[in-house]
Amino acid sequence: MNGNPAAAPLLRLEQVVAGYAAPVVGPVSCSIQAGDVLGLWGTNGSGKSTLLNAIADAARIFSGRIERAPGLTLFYQEQRPVRLPAMPLTGRDLLRCAAVPTHRPPPGSLSQHLNRRIDRLSGGQYQLLCVWAALAGSADLVLLDEPTNNLDPEHERLLAALLAQPRTHRDDRRAVLLVSHERAFLESVCSRVLELAPDA
Amino acid sequence: MNWEIYADPLFRLPFLAGFLIAGVLPVLGALLMLREEWLAALGLAHLAAAGTLLGLAVGAPAILGASLGALGGGAVKSLGGARGNTAYGFMILIGWSALLLAAANTSAGDALGQAVMDGQLYFAGWTELAAAVLLTGLAVTALPRLMPRLLRARFFPRHDTANRLPGWRWHLGFDLLAAFGVAVGTATLGVLGTFALILVPAWAAFRIAPGWAWTLGLAGLIGVVAYLAAFVLALGLDQPFGPALAAVCLALGGLIGALRRLAQGRGGA
Repeated sequence: MNGNPAAAPLLRLEQVVAGYAAPVVGPVSCSIQAGDVLGLWGTNGSGKSTLLNAIADAARIFSGRIERAPGLTLFYQEQRPVRLPAMPLTGRDLLRCAAVPTHRPPPGSLSQHLNRRIDRLSGGQYQLLCVWAALAGSADLVLLDEPTNNLDPEHERLLAALLAQPRTHRDDRRAVLLVSHERAFLESVCSRVLELAPDA
Repeated sequence: MNWEIYADPLFRLPFLAGFLIAGVLPVLGALLMLREEWLAALGLAHLAAAGTLLGLAVGAPAILGASLGALGGGAVKSLGGARGNTAYGFMILIGWSALLLAAANTSAGDALGQAVMDGQLYFAGWTELAAAVLLTGLAVTALPRLMPRLLRARFFPRHDTANRLPGWRWHLGFDLLAAFGVAVGTATLGVLGTFALILVPAWAAFRIAPGWAWTLGLAGLIGVVAYLAAFVLALGLDQPFGPALAAVCLALGGLIGALRRLAQGRGGA
């Protein structure tokens, strides 16, 4: 990322209408600054995931525009992490795939999974490890789609702790756009929450 | 068993060519299995076999025909954006029908077709050895660069699109490397031996390896051990090499699977 991070937004959406064969969501306008943890709330079918896909160039934009800061890097953690019948990779291997620095161990019980095969982790443990891969990597903007899926209350607390991790110097420019249908969770971890109406 | 035959200089080049291929193909197999494209070996091998036979019919070396057949298939599949085993299923049908038609319509086609299926390791010469050395060099050079990108694309599939990265380049690069590996394998070890080397060591390593580096190392080791055992058995007992290699791979895979189940049973008890 170049330029003054305090002045220019990392991402700006102007009257974006997005979808696939037909529009699903929009018009939506918002901007994300460095350091933001922006929550996007909406009921099922309101187009939250479609909006993330549009930001990640994986959905069609029918009108409006999405402006990225020059050189912006993204990490997009989808709603369902890829789970294969056999995955002979350790947690450490997975973090290496996501270019997470080796000197940055995950917090709490997540560090216990570094030397275990990821196909032997529970759905919640694997989900959290993927979220940590997103947050601890070098991306400027992290997109998290329903990261509370598969999580029991204990793991949900750990997720909140990951999002509130003290930031390194490098992370000062990082922002998070977090989609969830759990309003209370969003309000507890986000600096701002946007509501997406079903017919927005 | 005639032990003197192993000291015959006639078999040194074939042994060395096969040894290199047996170390590389299982590593490619592990990546193909992670991409759920293990059927690639059979699809590309059939195209390579058809290419070999068509090449021989017009006087081209077997390795050239095999490479053109497999690389053509790999490039079309990659550039067409086809992923998964369906694309390779179509390759098997296309390659198989081309192989049988070429065998039926060329002089000595039947015998050559059978040789390509069985494997003709003992007839491998400098051309096959040079191709095996080239394959090993390409794998050693390209895989360290391709592997992190391929793994990232597998586990974080939106990453390249979201960051507007040319992900097609590394997918094409790997598809071509796999196609070349299968072509060299098919022209040297035959369709059956090549498929066995790609599928079985990776399958076994996926079950017992504690991590990714171990998976690659174990797959390569199983492939080499199976190759050495098959070389000794096929030569000593005068058996066709490809089926012997497939049989040893299956026996090793079965043994590893049984030991793993035994270990799991003890762990659970």
